[in-house]
Amino acid sequence: MSFLTTMSASNNAAYSAIKRRMNSPMALLARSFASVKDNASTKPLHAYYPVVPGSLTAHLQLRTGETFTGGSFGATSSSIGETVFTTSLVGYPESMTDPSYRGQLLVFTQPLIGNYGVPKRTRDQYGLLKHFESEKIQCSGIVVSDYATKYSHWNAVESLSEWCEREGVPAITGVDTRALVHILRGQGSTLGSLSAGSQPLEESKIQWVDPNAKNLVAQASTDSVRVFNPDGDVHIALIDCGVKYNIIRSLCEQGARVSLVPWNHNLVDNLASYDGIFISNGPGSPTHCTETIAQLRQAFEVYQRPIFGICMGNQLMGLAAGLNAYKLRFGNRGHNQPAVDLTTGKCVITSQNHGYALDDAQMPAGWDRYYVNANDGSNEGIRHVEKPFRSVQFHPEAKGGPLDTGYLFAEFVDSVRASKAAGLPASQSVIDESATSAQAATA
Amino acid sequence: MLSARVMLGRSSLKTAAAKALGCGIRRTGGLTVQLQQHRQFHRQLGPISSVSSMRGILPAGARVVPVSTKESVQYVGRRGFSGAQVHQSTNDAVEAASSLARTGAKIDVKKVLVVGSGGLSIGQAGEFDYSGSQAIKALKESNIETVLVNPNIATVQTSHELADHVYFAPVTPQYLAQIIEKERPDAIMLAFGGQTALNCGVQLDKMGVLEKFNVRVLGTSVRTLELSEDRDLFANALKDIDIPVAQSTAVNTVKDALAAAETIGYPVIVRSAYALGGLGSGFAANESELHSLANQSLSLCPQILVEKSMRGWKEVEYEVVRDAQDNCVTVCNMENFDPLGIHTGDSIVVAPSQTLSDEEYHMLRTAAIKIVRHMGVVGECNVQYALNPESLEYCVIEMNARLSRSSALASKATGYPLAFVAAKIGLGWTLPELQNSVTTTTTACFEPSLDYIVTKIPRWDLSKFNHVSRDIGSCMKSVGEVMAIGRTFEESLQKAIRSVDPSFAGFAPLAGFMPESEAELDEALRNPTDRRLFYLAYAMISRGYSVDRLHEITRIDRWFLHKLANICSVHKALSDPHQTLQNLGRTQLETAKRMGFSDLQIARLLSGTKQSAAVGEDDVRGLRKQFGLRPFAKRIDTLAGEFPAPTNYLYTTYNAATDDVPFNEHGTMVLGSGVYRIGSSVEFDWCGVSAIRALRQLGHKTIMVNYNPETVSTDFDECDRLYFDELSYERVRDIYEMEQSGGVIVSVGGQLPQNIALRLHQKQVNVLGTSPEKIDAAEDRHRFSQILDSIDVDQPAWKELVSVEDAEKFADSVGYPVLIRPSYVLSGAAMNVAYDAQSLRDNLVLAASVSPEHPVVVTKFIRGARELDIDAVAYRGELVTHAVSEHIEDAGVHSGDASLILPPANLTPEVMQRVKEIGAKVAHAFAISGPFNMQIIMQQGGTPDAEPLLKVIECNLRASRSFPFVSKVLDTNFVDAATRAIVGESVPQPNDPMKDCEKRPYTAIKVPQFSWTRLAGADPFLGVEMSSTGEVACFGKSPEEAYLVSLLSTNGFRLPVPGKAVYIGIDDLTDSRIVRKVAAHFSRAGYPILTDSKATAELLSEEGTNSVKHVGVVVFDYDNRRTLRDAVFDSNIDLVVNLAKRRPTDKANPNYAMRRMAVDFGISLVNDQRCAEMLVDALDALPDGAATALYGQQKLNLLTPVDVKSWDQYLKMRN
Repeated sequence: MSFLTTMSASNNAAYSAIKRRMNSPMALLARSFASVKDNASTKPLHAYYPVVPGSLTAHLQLRTGETFTGGSFGATSSSIGETVFTTSLVGYPESMTDPSYRGQLLVFTQPLIGNYGVPKRTRDQYGLLKHFESEKIQCSGIVVSDYATKYSHWNAVESLSEWCEREGVPAITGVDTRALVHILRGQGSTLGSLSAGSQPLEESKIQWVDPNAKNLVAQASTDSVRVFNPDGDVHIALIDCGVKYNIIRSLCEQGARVSLVPWNHNLVDNLASYDGIFISNGPGSPTHCTETIAQLRQAFEVYQRPIFGICMGNQLMGLAAGLNAYKLRFGNRGHNQPAVDLTTGKCVITSQNHGYALDDAQMPAGWDRYYVNANDGSNEGIRHVEKPFRSVQFHPEAKGGPLDTGYLFAEFVDSVRASKAAGLPASQSVIDESATSAQAATA
Repeated sequence: MLSARVMLGRSSLKTAAAKALGCGIRRTGGLTVQLQQHRQFHRQLGPISSVSSMRGILPAGARVVPVSTKESVQYVGRRGFSGAQVHQSTNDAVEAASSLARTGAKIDVKKVLVVGSGGLSIGQAGEFDYSGSQAIKALKESNIETVLVNPNIATVQTSHELADHVYFAPVTPQYLAQIIEKERPDAIMLAFGGQTALNCGVQLDKMGVLEKFNVRVLGTSVRTLELSEDRDLFANALKDIDIPVAQSTAVNTVKDALAAAETIGYPVIVRSAYALGGLGSGFAANESELHSLANQSLSLCPQILVEKSMRGWKEVEYEVVRDAQDNCVTVCNMENFDPLGIHTGDSIVVAPSQTLSDEEYHMLRTAAIKIVRHMGVVGECNVQYALNPESLEYCVIEMNARLSRSSALASKATGYPLAFVAAKIGLGWTLPELQNSVTTTTTACFEPSLDYIVTKIPRWDLSKFNHVSRDIGSCMKSVGEVMAIGRTFEESLQKAIRSVDPSFAGFAPLAGFMPESEAELDEALRNPTDRRLFYLAYAMISRGYSVDRLHEITRIDRWFLHKLANICSVHKALSDPHQTLQNLGRTQLETAKRMGFSDLQIARLLSGTKQSAAVGEDDVRGLRKQFGLRPFAKRIDTLAGEFPAPTNYLYTTYNAATDDVPFNEHGTMVLGSGVYRIGSSVEFDWCGVSAIRALRQLGHKTIMVNYNPETVSTDFDECDRLYFDELSYERVRDIYEMEQSGGVIVSVGGQLPQNIALRLHQKQVNVLGTSPEKIDAAEDRHRFSQILDSIDVDQPAWKELVSVEDAEKFADSVGYPVLIRPSYVLSGAAMNVAYDAQSLRDNLVLAASVSPEHPVVVTKFIRGARELDIDAVAYRGELVTHAVSEHIEDAGVHSGDASLILPPANLTPEVMQRVKEIGAKVAHAFAISGPFNMQIIMQQGGTPDAEPLLKVIECNLRASRSFPFVSKVLDTNFVDAATRAIVGESVPQPNDPMKDCEKRPYTAIKVPQFSWTRLAGADPFLGVEMSSTGEVACFGKSPEEAYLVSLLSTNGFRLPVPGKAVYIGIDDLTDSRIVRKVAAHFSRAGYPILTDSKATAELLSEEGTNSVKHVGVVVFDYDNRRTLRDAVFDSNIDLVVNLAKRRPTDKANPNYAMRRMAVDFGISLVNDQRCAEMLVDALDALPDGAATALYGQQKLNLLTPVDVKSWDQYLKMRN
């Protein structure tokens, strides 16, 4: 289905579906069970792992008092971050270099990590790293249950530990990650401190800094405009909020010329030069990006060509459209999340990594829900009912995760191409002008 | 949290509404308040302030969609699930969210025929009891009447609780056609009975039966099944969507196979279409190997495929589910430890895959979904790949568009009830409509995330067979499998190894598998056998082989080998001479436990040091307790803890810091059957499930412990808590202590749990029922014998002997033949019958070493005697109920391999009474509370009028493999009674179901199912060692009728086609009366009689009542595999009757060769003289007169000689 066909028929269906949904006590109920603590114990947990004498110890300390002592690998530095978990089974190199994990201590629920080492830094025809989602490790530390000291893979060049060490990222093994997940699920995302050393840090001395208080998008975004696949037949502005390489690649592979622009790039004044606008994923809270939101809000009013957003892009588009965003208790991170496409009724398996979500309980005029999470009912995307503006909360570019929704890139670039072929002007005002001039020409 | 009362209220409302509306549920609103609370809660941090402040930038004219509160909502479908009755919980979120997804039109069916898989055989075992049971549960939940066809009487699915109508009948197209005609189902389910059911479905479709009776195939269409089964069509279909498939050429002749291999290049793999677990498949490295392989394969099926071999590639599988609305998920992926070349059923498998990168994982996942969509599978499907270990190159090996052994494993590995979901999809449900039964709050349209690692190891039991090849390859040989769950690979693997057999300590060298030379070791490592894992341990630990070296030899991925090396380093550290229990630190002990070392394994390694005294298992346990080290209980919740799950599906691990569950139920533990092996399989699963059900009825909280992924007892909805874990002394005690369990039942899971009963008892574990001291007494031959003497119960003369001379002396004194039972066995079968001094010596010298350390028990062997099986239940030493079954075979055939007649056909009321008295005496003497089983030999007395002698040869104070058989035939659940006796609650009044036998105008006969075709070289011979892999049982109006239909229910037996020849072989012990009778019968019926020796021909044509006029002599050159096939084909033989009674000592034996020829060329084989006689009696007894006239004139329908009746119909015949 093309982005240009606004779906009035399915819109009705979706509307009634949403009405049904609104009437039901559904939303997020499942996750609210997280309030039940699985462990009745009131004392904060302190879990030890038998670290063989001579090996280095590391400690994961949560702000709420729990401590996990385990084996240190990677860098012996210490770091602080929001402790989040991913339920993905594969793809640690991709996750760790995903800028959306910036500022976070990443917990892998898959207990065996490091098995296939770290791949070569091969670059593709667009100059993008083939096996990583950015140039460096983005998360501030990793927490695993059983680190594989010996790896095995044809494409690997170093171990996970060596990589982390090179990049100054601390890591801990031997953690009961399942117990940790239960804690995080129970109390919501929690700041954590990861440090190597024989003793845990003195709690009073830890300087807790919430990375989400910072504008992480600004840190992750490009400073200057970079062009990829300059020979592409359609020109897409890709707003870099902390873009994953595979988003750039996916657009290039569809034949688009991609201009990667900073998060606060002046879009509005340059609308005419883009055949389409794409807003990337990114770390942290969307609320710091007031500039991007303001730009998008203006763009929505005048722009006629396709706009698409992923993850942070979805949240920014939602905020620009007038929705609220809220912080999820512990986020959705994994490769197994079902999302229902409200335009087709199909359920797709998606790759996800987000700590914030749009509150779509009430949709502003002109906007509809696009996808909804079939597990917890949270928003997975929005779409404009008339204009070709859409966004999804999940990651169709995968890396890692299922490739099931990759078709969204093809659909988007096709719609951009179609809008270009139709000679659709960039903005409403231009429409009027060109319509007039066309009429004049006919006359 | 939402108040429990509200939820319960709503649940019950839902159920009531569901009943009223059939499938639909009407829901009323009114929970808006809670909704608000929950939303509020979810947004713990509240709306983000800066966002709130941004409301100002809401586009002008933005309108807020009003929230309606009045309208009631119609939901399609009900998401109740198999586990729901245990953990009913609200699932509003998923209901509402997935209500947005497209729903499927429910298929309007009222009555569905479910096709079972028949007797357990290699390649088709207990997994289909699990899948069929789940399918029936799904149907019942939709209020659909179910008809089940399965002659496997030991299964859970053939219990009254499940299917509405059960047919113990052959799973053949002809019988199914009869049943369809009679029952007139609207639809049929073919995906739950393995390859057998699937093949039948394809046949029924071809025969036009489905069309004629308007029977709809639910789930995947027959066309898709055919496409996926015919390798050529399949390969072409995959080419259409650019999915690489192993290059293959379909051939019909050996010549073409050789030509194809020339083009493809050696080595090649040969596969046959429509194969059960890779039957007739194999590798060929050169022309001569291919020649013999193609020969054999073509004897089993008309077409084979010759493919390029990809030895050394990784083998990876995906389990895919697709609904009719095209929603598609991969539920689980699995990776084989062994590289490609070993049948996946014979491979060690881990889930999820461990050595695949994201790119590889999703490349194969995407391809699997593409294939499943392209082929149009509706339901469950498995796709197997070969993946180049050095690149992204891959190809599809095969796909199974049905539930399979792998899907059973995936189901248990993830907690995702694949069979249940597949059945629902068959009925038109969509994935998003279905609920994740584990969380009960999320949708079934998702992909489980595992936060643990699962290892499966097959169990082979090859040592049970004579002359069998131990090689494993592309033809599956294992009889069962275990699954172990851990949070490190080391833990998971070692748990699995121990589960395969309690005599395996873990990953360590195994006595008898330590080659002396490196060349020999390399060879053992290079050519996979059932013992390769132990060779690996030996190479690493004792020979210091490096990971790289082992990788070069075995091609096993280095990651696995590195993990094995981790185990070895702990092994070495513990076995260091300076390491003692006293100086073992907490860190070391915990490290070992985290690597999956058992207390016993640690104790043995510490004991290995000469300086310290021997360390016992309990010493290690003591130290462990001192350090506060115990395993933790974790849940399998499908979502890696992301959502709260009330599931009761648990495992234990040392790689943890907290428990997932509080221990406040104090349930009663039932120890399951463990791995399926020869002598213990699905029947003990039935017993376990029945015990759990009885306990739950009595109001007990129940805890099941079992580690077999093919079972129903490991379905988490069957009990209150399921520990998918080891059945070892150590782990059972851990769980008992953790749960503060009320008591343990050890007597329904077969011998395995029984073996730890005494030790548990000695450690103050409350073992329920018969005292473990008594159990022990019954198993100790001396004490048992003394007790029998004291209560005046007879037994055959026996003696425990420590030298060959003593054995000979004893044999001379009691007279030959004697039964030899060595206590220590190196290889080959353990027990044997010696007919003379020479064979006694041979057995003692060759098969076992007899010495004071390894005594043998020699028993007088009574020839030509009958054997009876007594299954009984007693309470406080009083007999509660009992059943007496009569063996068809002479005493001397293992009771597990024997055919059982119930009620007995040839016993006098006096004998029945005496048997009962013996039972009562034994029950009293051992103070039995619970089940027990005895075998009694009935020997003709000295004179023809004398009362027969009754001698007890065996007694087990536990449920036996015939418990489900007698329970179902007598329609009295013996395990239910036994369980009540064990816990001493609501024990039924004593009754004697054998008393009114004459009131039952029906007989049932249980016959063994063998898997000889799978076991290359194994001797299809019946002896004192059990070799059947399963059993079937059918009812009939007479024993003859029951026997015939039972025999036809076994996989591989069919009546000979008229005009074809019957080939007869005997030895000097064969009863000439019987063989003459059998030959005469077939001769009269018009079958040419052939034999392999002049002497036999003369014997058969000797003048007398049963004289055969023309007996041909055909001698095959068995060594010449090239000509053998043609020779056998030319001989027109369609039935082999080999009645030799001596166990051959080598492969040169002509009777061995004859039996093997029958099995290898797919010819029906009768190998016991009593069975042969019963067969001809049964044929003679068929209605319309003597069988002599029947065959040629086609009065007898060879394929369905006996009309079908359902189980209920038989039971209703009682007066």
